[in-house]
Amino acid sequence: MLRLIDYSKLPVGVNVRVIVCLCMWPCDRLAICPGCPLPSPESAGIGSMLTLYFFLPLSGKSKEAEIKRINKELANIRSKFKGDKALDGYSKKKYVCKLLFIFLLGHDIDFGHMEAVNLLSSNKYTEKQIGYLFISVLVNSNSELIRLINNAIKNDLSSRNPTFMCLALHCIANVGSREMAEAFASEIPRILVAGDTMDSVKQSAALCLLRLYKTSPDLVLMGEWTSRVVHLLNDQHMGVVTAAISLITCLSQKNPDEFKTCVSLAVSRLSRIVSSASTDLQDYTYYFVPAPWLSCKLLRLLQCYPPPEDGAVKGRLVECLETILNKAQEPPKSKKVQHSNAKNAILFEAISLIIHYDSEPNLLVRACNQLGQFLQHRETNLRYLALESMCTLASSEFSHEAVKTHIETVINALKTERDVSVRQRAADLLYAMCDRSNAKQIVAEMLSYLETADYSIREEMVLKVAILAEKYAVDYSWYVDTILNLIRIAGDYVSEEVWYRVIQIVINRDDVQGYAAKTVFEALQAPACHENMVKVGGYILGEFGNLIAGDPRSSPLVQFNLLHSKFHLCSVPTRALLLSAYIKFINLFPETKATIQEVLRCDSQIRNSDVELQQRAVEYLKLSSIASTDVLATVLEEMPPFPERESSILAKLKKKKGPGAVSVTELEDSKREGGELNGGGDRGPDTSAMSASNASTPSPSADLLGIRSSAPAGTAPASAGNLLVDVFSEAGPAAPSAAVNDDGFLRFVCKNNGVLFENQLLQIGIKSEYRQNLGRMYLFYGNKTSVQFASFTTSVSCPGELQSHILSTKQVEPLVEGGAQIQQVLNIECLTDFSDAPLLNIKFRYGGALQNLTLKLPVTINKFFQPTEMSSHDFFQRWKQLSQPQQEAQKIFKANHSMDTEVLKAKLLGLGTALLDNVDPNPENYVCAGVIQTKGQQVGCLLRLEPNAQAQV
Amino acid sequence: MQFMLLFSRQGKLRLQKWYVPLSDKEKKKITRELVQTVLARKPKMCSFLEWRDLKIVYKRYASLYFCCAIEDQDNELITLEIIHRYVELLDKYFGSVCELDIIFNFEKAYFILDEFLLGGEAQETSKKNVLKAIEQADLLQEVRHLIKITPN
Repeated sequence: MLRLIDYSKLPVGVNVRVIVCLCMWPCDRLAICPGCPLPSPESAGIGSMLTLYFFLPLSGKSKEAEIKRINKELANIRSKFKGDKALDGYSKKKYVCKLLFIFLLGHDIDFGHMEAVNLLSSNKYTEKQIGYLFISVLVNSNSELIRLINNAIKNDLSSRNPTFMCLALHCIANVGSREMAEAFASEIPRILVAGDTMDSVKQSAALCLLRLYKTSPDLVLMGEWTSRVVHLLNDQHMGVVTAAISLITCLSQKNPDEFKTCVSLAVSRLSRIVSSASTDLQDYTYYFVPAPWLSCKLLRLLQCYPPPEDGAVKGRLVECLETILNKAQEPPKSKKVQHSNAKNAILFEAISLIIHYDSEPNLLVRACNQLGQFLQHRETNLRYLALESMCTLASSEFSHEAVKTHIETVINALKTERDVSVRQRAADLLYAMCDRSNAKQIVAEMLSYLETADYSIREEMVLKVAILAEKYAVDYSWYVDTILNLIRIAGDYVSEEVWYRVIQIVINRDDVQGYAAKTVFEALQAPACHENMVKVGGYILGEFGNLIAGDPRSSPLVQFNLLHSKFHLCSVPTRALLLSAYIKFINLFPETKATIQEVLRCDSQIRNSDVELQQRAVEYLKLSSIASTDVLATVLEEMPPFPERESSILAKLKKKKGPGAVSVTELEDSKREGGELNGGGDRGPDTSAMSASNASTPSPSADLLGIRSSAPAGTAPASAGNLLVDVFSEAGPAAPSAAVNDDGFLRFVCKNNGVLFENQLLQIGIKSEYRQNLGRMYLFYGNKTSVQFASFTTSVSCPGELQSHILSTKQVEPLVEGGAQIQQVLNIECLTDFSDAPLLNIKFRYGGALQNLTLKLPVTINKFFQPTEMSSHDFFQRWKQLSQPQQEAQKIFKANHSMDTEVLKAKLLGLGTALLDNVDPNPENYVCAGVIQTKGQQVGCLLRLEPNAQAQV
Repeated sequence: MQFMLLFSRQGKLRLQKWYVPLSDKEKKKITRELVQTVLARKPKMCSFLEWRDLKIVYKRYASLYFCCAIEDQDNELITLEIIHRYVELLDKYFGSVCELDIIFNFEKAYFILDEFLLGGEAQETSKKNVLKAIEQADLLQEVRHLIKITPN
């Protein structure tokens, strides 16, 4: 039917509309609203015109047909724009509008920008309007165009025609690019506060400025305008206040002090709205709620500040908050959902403010009760928000207990809510309200929920259960039970961190080891158990199987057979772990030696296609047959306790949820409460830990190496060798802190940012930038402990004839709070060349003991290199000029690492020189050139690196 | 607010408004992902969901979904009412607005949105004032039309 219509000749869109209605889709009324319908403004709009041209793509035709039609249209428009005949404004508008339409249908548009810009300077309103719309939707960062656009905007801003001014401001707010900020950031505040500016222009100006401030805060300087902007809160026109308050809120967040006066103004404005009758504000009343948007924004602004100090202001505010809470109890003035939404939006914002203040126990408890009511509301949205908001209430000491009273409702929500996002909120709330008193109940509920939980939230749930179990474990058998249950129920979602952690804890706690061995032994009895369970089982029985070996039902051989029955179903890493467990068995129970050797000797192990498994089988077999029992006992000694560190699970949850999800206090809590629990962090008790125990006892490790060289597998030693080297390098002693410490120093020769120094207490990071002979270095001192550092002082000295000198250093704050980081800036100027680096001395008190630390600052001569480009000819000419011995330095050195072209290139660039390609006749060689900039002189510097791959030099 | 999207039940994007600078590629990716997520939700589910580090507030009106992305500290319920007020404005302007009005008069839909929301914040919440501004603009248009026609 549609094809029968010659759409290009139809008069106005009415007929077409009827036909589309027959297709029955996009024409349902969106809103069922009372009120008289306005006549549709088709006759005036461009819409009708478009209807004709673009009917086809919408009519559900095939994608190809649509693309074909669009391409034809695009070609047509392109030819019109390129044609010799100059287009009049109307046609230009028409085609630009079509392009927009095509873009909005989802096609790419790469021309027409110029025509759109031309439209901006039209004095016809509609043409200008379409031009601006095109720019807003399809902005292109073409600098030439931006200049033209800015010109047009400038003209409109100074036109004093409010409609044009608004259009221009809307465009700036929509595009909000840096270039626009540069051009207009100083102009717009003037428009905003000028006495003769129309209200509508003021509104646009306020939000336009907000957008520019968000993109380029450095360019928007309020300065002298500050107080006049704050006073917009008092403006007669509600619309102006609504717009201005967004700007003020954003500015207050960044400069709270300058905008402090807004607090009392906001309170009085809020008070007037809250106490007004529902009809006072006329058109700003929304479904019987006075000015809901403005109220929310006012409450939001107040959240940028602590509770008002002025008693009268505070009293008035508390009164407002109480009124809002009271209103929630009143019967609704309308059954419409808009009424309750608007009312509750204000209520939730008020509750956020109450939580933010966290100082009015009375209000906090009332808020909690109100949310408690919402927990059982029939509106899903309200239940969702109540759960979410209660989560923050749970962290306040005043309302924590009140929140806990709703535990049954929340558990119920977790079980019965039909929407997964609501259940997720319920799980979050349970996590937040958990403490020692209800941990067992909550963990049990979460575990039982896990059995049916949605896949999307399982992993997070597992982490939460693991954390709660660890944090509130009073007896560790409960903890072990919980984690094993976790693995049983949701094994696939138990990440490595979780099972590493249970092993760390078991190893660190003597009293739970026997229980753990017994429990895993029982858990492994299940016919189908998760691989993670096998891993934990293998590890724990390998370490502590002897603790349950007395019972004939779990005799060594039974244990071994149980583990081995799972062996063939497991992946390679688990099998490797099991092999390590077997060798440990040989040590624990000599009577199993023959059986295990038999297993190791069988072809499927000793000739396994996997190198790691094969190597383990071979080595363990040899070890068990060659080494004496003493040696065996030393090599396979029980794992030493793990060093205490932050729980890696917590770190993982934080990473998953982003900062803020797990509050800092919570982190410290777990440090304090779970102090004993906290074992090693990221060093998992996996295979490398096994090797570590080998490596830490020198003589058997030498034996092992001996065995290795005689091992039949030719390829195996390489990988294991690396493993050992890794382990050794990890185990290297930490640098003594008192001596001059320069192990971080060398790393900075070729780079400017990174961590200079780190020990258990302190981390020092560096960010530096160099330009010509000047440099600036930012030092970040991070306190890694939870205890404050007192009398923290730093000083920089330049030993000997060091001439690169530190121009200015600002002293740092003497106190560094636990977990905090402070920053120091050093300005550096290079006077002449130098070879020693300046020293940084740091002193502070940590728990009464004076710590003293001296570090070499990574300021080396190459930081002042300016890269220089030159041709092959130039390079060698200059190279030859430098013939005197003191002008030349040559060094042959052995490469410490394998030489990788890309790595070398990166290093040489990091050195600060320019890397010159195609200069040296030998393509293997690297050629660099740079100029060292000092205050007095500039020294050119040329470099050739001739690697010799065979000799590793 | 970071952006607002209007899309049909078939997943066709009808209007997009971005209040944060993003590349075209990123915009397309976000749109695709969100349209899919929102369309997959059942009618009785709640109107809010967490998505990346943003909160999504959406509501369906007839065949059209209105979907806003707000930041963590923003208020979900009031955003829901922002959507509703926008629909009311469209409805009042077009007179029983339907999806086709927004498709064919997309420029009007944009102009109304700009009068109501600017830079992602409510600029003017009074229905009367917003429509007054739009009608004034329409009037300007009519006048120009007349001027253009008279010489002929």
